[in-house]
Amino acid sequence: MSRNLIIGAGLTAFFTGLAALSFLWTPYDIEVLDIPNRLLTPGGVHLLGTDHFGRDILSMVMMGARTSIAVALVAVGIGMGLGVPLGLWAAARRGSLLDDVIMRGNDLVFAFPSLVIAILITAVFGPSAGNAIIAIGIFNIPVFARLTRSAALPLWERDFILAARVSGKGAARISAEHILPNIANLMVVQGTIQFSLGILAEAALSYIGLGAQPPTASWGRMLADAQTLVSIAPHVALIPGFAILLTVLGLNLLGDGLRDWLDPRIRVVRT
Amino acid sequence: MIRFALGRLASLTASLIVASIVIFAVVEVIPGDPAAFMLGVNARPDTIAALRAEMGLDEPMVTRYAAWVGGMVQGDFGMSWTYKTPVATLVADRIWVSLPLAIYALALSTLVAFPAGIYAASRRGGAGDTAIMGATQLGVAIPNFWFAMILVLIFAINLRWFSAGGFPGWADPFAAIKALTLPAIALALPQAAILARVMRSSLLDMLGEDFMRTARAKGLTRRQALWRHALRNALIPVLTIIGLQFSFLLAGAIIIEQVFFLPGLGRLIFQAISARDLIVVESVVMLLVFTVIMVNFIVDLTYAAVDPRLRARA
Repeated sequence: MSRNLIIGAGLTAFFTGLAALSFLWTPYDIEVLDIPNRLLTPGGVHLLGTDHFGRDILSMVMMGARTSIAVALVAVGIGMGLGVPLGLWAAARRGSLLDDVIMRGNDLVFAFPSLVIAILITAVFGPSAGNAIIAIGIFNIPVFARLTRSAALPLWERDFILAARVSGKGAARISAEHILPNIANLMVVQGTIQFSLGILAEAALSYIGLGAQPPTASWGRMLADAQTLVSIAPHVALIPGFAILLTVLGLNLLGDGLRDWLDPRIRVVRT
Repeated sequence: MIRFALGRLASLTASLIVASIVIFAVVEVIPGDPAAFMLGVNARPDTIAALRAEMGLDEPMVTRYAAWVGGMVQGDFGMSWTYKTPVATLVADRIWVSLPLAIYALALSTLVAFPAGIYAASRRGGAGDTAIMGATQLGVAIPNFWFAMILVLIFAINLRWFSAGGFPGWADPFAAIKALTLPAIALALPQAAILARVMRSSLLDMLGEDFMRTARAKGLTRRQALWRHALRNALIPVLTIIGLQFSFLLAGAIIIEQVFFLPGLGRLIFQAISARDLIVVESVVMLLVFTVIMVNFIVDLTYAAVDPRLRARA
């Protein structure tokens, strides 16, 4: 196992653990305002200090981890759940009109400025964590569809697929029983990368007020709130940023490490 | 080549038509009547109806779609309801912030990424390579709006080298470029990290090619072979990424424009969405999609012109 894999898995486990722990326990209740103790610096009873309402920053980071991870995870689920079957379908019917329509559709989604469309979607349905998931998830679909198709195409030329066809299996069954297991590693690796991009996208959306709404804590909104305080209490702005940075870094290292560990030949798309 | 270009042109046209329908449909379902929104809560129903008629909102959907597309083909992007100015004028004003910002960021990113990627590839596995790859991992993981806040904290608030936001206009080019410097750095960082990685891996692929062995065999040094042969071939994927990044920078600067209060295209769309100024949203998004599709088209054609194998495959 490589150093990447160990550091990546460690960081990912740490933040996932923080998020899980927040369901059971946080040091302080983040819905209780404590104005006399506002903007305390890290150290002391509040390990990471307090924000402009006197809320404990460590508790908010823990609750924010929950939001970020949930949004990004479901968005990856949407991308995989729709993108992988579409890619498998296109590969099974390679060269047909259907294949062409699916792939052109993918190109089209790629041509849309993703952030603008995400903003449009949250404007249409109102800002919320759920709509942020949809907005991020939609742009994950073509990533998985394209990758699945390109990984599945060479498999269709292989002898074991021919054997499956000779034994009378249909295209759908071959896709599910023989193609999918062979591309699963690749999907896990790409899923990790999309997960990290999802965390960044969620942070960006909630930073401009289009993600999870108060009182749900989110790292992006913590940064937005901290923007005007950056000169008097830099820690309020620095800590949520480090949380995002370390989570994304952890997932990227995990993805790279998994790729090398599972199969050194596979390549991941990152745009 | 002509057949290839015509095929690409047909699929480009189809993409544009589908894109325009999608954009129109999405904007169409945005809740809230723009006329009611403009007149405020105390407006009388007949005033709202009159304004709806004036804005053409009571026409059937198909008529409005046709009018919108027909206008755009002739260069008429409609009239903004909130600004009372043609959308084309609004875009023309904003483009003088967004376009220079995108070019500035791309230039910074390329200036950093090319040497970094080439150096890392030529010292594969060495300390320099490890350090550069570690730095790119950080670069892709940093949320750029947070990086922007840190830049403001250091260079605007503490060192006072730059202003924390706003744009003075191009009357004083030096001041304008200065105002765009921190935003451009914030935008360039993740792009440079991605570009350096692509540059490195593309070069490493080339270093393993047979023609590189031939180049070395005929007596070129490693460095000469790298600069004369590998680099040129490695540029193709790098240019693809640069093309993608340019269109991303043009549209994707919304958040950075928000951090620095820059009057760019992103902020225009953002404000238009909040003000229900639908025609601005539709036309600007369509314009951005058009730009992305055209950039891809030009990139495809350039490759096909350079590399005949791509033509045969298509």
